Amino acid sequence: MATREEITNRCQDLYDDLDFTAARTWKDAEPGRHVIGYMPMYVPREIIHAAGMLPLGILGGGDQLEVIQGDAYYQSYICRIPRSTVELLLTDRIDFVDGMLFPSICDVIRNLSGMWKLLRPDVYAHYFDVPQNYMKDVGGEFYIHELNVLKEDLEKISGNKVTNEALKNSIELYNENRRLTRELYKFRADNPWLAPSSEVYLINRAGMVIPVEEHNVLITDYIEAARQEDRPKRDNSRVVISGSFCEQPPINLIKSIEMSGCYVVDDDYMLVNRWFTKPVPTDGDPIQALSYTFLEASVKMPSCFEPNEDIKGQFLVDLVRETNAEGVIFAAASFCDPALLERPILQDVLNQVDIPHVSFKYAENTGQMQPIREQAGTFADSIKLWS
Amino acid sequence: MSAPQRKPSTDVQKDASMAKQKAMIDSNFDRLGNVKNTGEKVSYTFVPGNLNELIMCFDMVGNYPEINAIQNGLRKKSGGLIMEAEKWGHSEDVCTYVKADIGMMRKGNIGPTGQPIPEPDILMLSYTGCYTFLKWFELLRHEYKCETAMLHVPYTGDGVITKAMTDYVVKQLKEEVIPKYEKVSGVKFDIDRLRENLAHSAKAEDDFVWVLESAKNKPSPIDAYFGGIYYIGPIFTAFRGTELAVDYYKTLREEIEERIRKGQGPITPEGEMKNEKYRIVTEGPPNYTSMREFWKMFYDEGAVVVASTYTKVGGTYDFGFRHDPSRPLESLAEYCMHCYTNRNLPERTRMLETYINDYEADGLLINSIKSCNSFAAGELMMMREVEKRTGKPAAFVETDLVDPRYFSAANVKNRLESYFQMIDQKRRAGA
Repeated sequence: MATREEITNRCQDLYDDLDFTAARTWKDAEPGRHVIGYMPMYVPREIIHAAGMLPLGILGGGDQLEVIQGDAYYQSYICRIPRSTVELLLTDRIDFVDGMLFPSICDVIRNLSGMWKLLRPDVYAHYFDVPQNYMKDVGGEFYIHELNVLKEDLEKISGNKVTNEALKNSIELYNENRRLTRELYKFRADNPWLAPSSEVYLINRAGMVIPVEEHNVLITDYIEAARQEDRPKRDNSRVVISGSFCEQPPINLIKSIEMSGCYVVDDDYMLVNRWFTKPVPTDGDPIQALSYTFLEASVKMPSCFEPNEDIKGQFLVDLVRETNAEGVIFAAASFCDPALLERPILQDVLNQVDIPHVSFKYAENTGQMQPIREQAGTFADSIKLWS
Repeated sequence: MSAPQRKPSTDVQKDASMAKQKAMIDSNFDRLGNVKNTGEKVSYTFVPGNLNELIMCFDMVGNYPEINAIQNGLRKKSGGLIMEAEKWGHSEDVCTYVKADIGMMRKGNIGPTGQPIPEPDILMLSYTGCYTFLKWFELLRHEYKCETAMLHVPYTGDGVITKAMTDYVVKQLKEEVIPKYEKVSGVKFDIDRLRENLAHSAKAEDDFVWVLESAKNKPSPIDAYFGGIYYIGPIFTAFRGTELAVDYYKTLREEIEERIRKGQGPITPEGEMKNEKYRIVTEGPPNYTSMREFWKMFYDEGAVVVASTYTKVGGTYDFGFRHDPSRPLESLAEYCMHCYTNRNLPERTRMLETYINDYEADGLLINSIKSCNSFAAGELMMMREVEKRTGKPAAFVETDLVDPRYFSAANVKNRLESYFQMIDQKRRAGA
């Protein structure tokens, strides 16, 4: 079995590779293979997989991509992820992608779906809507229709029929992926000194670019390897990161938070890998199962309407309690409407139960870590001294 | 050579229709300010995808937070309200409509006319073409703890409205929206009343479209952006579906027919614009905190806006949509989906291209709004496409809706002057 270091080094290589060589290699390995890109927050990867395709998470260009052309498409007051994604497109780094899905996360990503249609009229680009009405006969029916549209579209691109059997098999694989991801999160929450946040992040990030079967093995191996290692335990404060679900912070920022004296015991990076809080049933109609599970067991996040004011924001309080966290760091990408508009409500909910919090903004190419380290460090100290 | 900038006159000239429009808008503020006496129930809702015909069926009075923000912007009150919201932890990065509203609430909810804005009995969250709406009413609900009806209007990402999308909206109207309104208002839903309101809407919409399309005349008798803001007031807010709106648009149409007969240009705050030099299509909302100054930059140069996308945020009627009393709920659903920012970028681009051609415009001007990603994200791409397809020059300025900190008059004026020169050059090159 590979060592922890070997596993994380491989994930680091995958993270650094802005040409997506692993996905290209997968595609080239057999004729007729196809790759479907998707942006944050959630797409039903099971359907892509069941069509024999590779779902590929496109999470922007990070801090190593020089954005030149992409900046010409966006005003200064729009976040960075769409401009670096356009840069990836225009520099042919994702020219092998056979289609792109744009989930309903915000107006910027929504409009990017239209830009894609104009920039690459020959490539499938689809705005993937999810229901904001959670009644089965209303939002559920609509979503079943949307899922079927997607299934048919993917069948056309791949030339493969998505059978119920194939879809159930894919659901099982992704159920396992979500279970393992949650196990990894639990392992980190229980032993944050054994599974630094930067490593957990890289393990999860690898799942955006490699096949799910491979990723399931990788998570299992990492947990096993990390469990066996003896690493020094520090007197850090335990914190939850909130607001980083779309544009990703640079890995150095994640490391900086830990170096400043915080153990990150939960976060909302890449929610797609643990979107459902319970397994999707595999004993009935699989499309209906995906739809109803979305209605009943989706994670709480700002792009989804919360119909019940009484529990608005409660998920964050619950998360803090479940993970024995001592505070929350609101880390949102600059100009991120969902995160920044949601933040005052969440802060108010935390204030009501005396959970300390601090806020800052970042961009995926933030390079100056000192201010972040000072802010997170002061927050960690304040928890230790006064909480 | 650009005309020297004169100081705006203090005497504002207005058409009779403008005075009528103002009286209508003010009357809704009066109604809101008087609910303590009348006992009327209050429904907050948004302009795009508003369901005024339906809300009226429950005898409720509508409050439009965007309109409050605009009116506060026009009265130079919004800056302080936005800063008040930022003081309470709202990010400087987000929509200033939201912050102007939250700031107003924090300061006692005194509306732009000085009358109190009552608390909502229901928040009608029509999630149409703008993601921020969803968060905005979650923020208000968090404060008011009131009933909230959510209407998810699917975005037309593939440029089409499918039956499944319409069915989804209709089901929400039947199972979510109408029951909540019945509960809050105590009034039973009467579909015949809705049909009657929709018939009024359709009538007003016919005249409204005629008014917008009158800009195809040369000279244009209207300014379809700055003047257009007056024209959209009643139909985009609490008056669509009323006889008052039918009457307003009839009056407006007669007024413009008269102007066409006389060969007159649009009315500006300083009187009739006599020398139409440039015919412009605009994309994006205007700036409200310095609207008159902004408008003056146009009419001083002889520039008239002949078509604008902003006047389509509350419905793209000029592309054929009309409310239909024979299909009441389906018609409301389709109305919501037809709103401008609910259309995908290729459709929006096609609309701009159509306007440039049909209105024989000299070019496209985008006023990109810092607050509004729904409009702004992708506008630079649209600009390139429209230039490529029409061969007409385009220009790009940046301001904000109601945040005075983001209106730099000198910069905007500079860009506009350069743009008009560019049009002149193009003309000379083409001559």
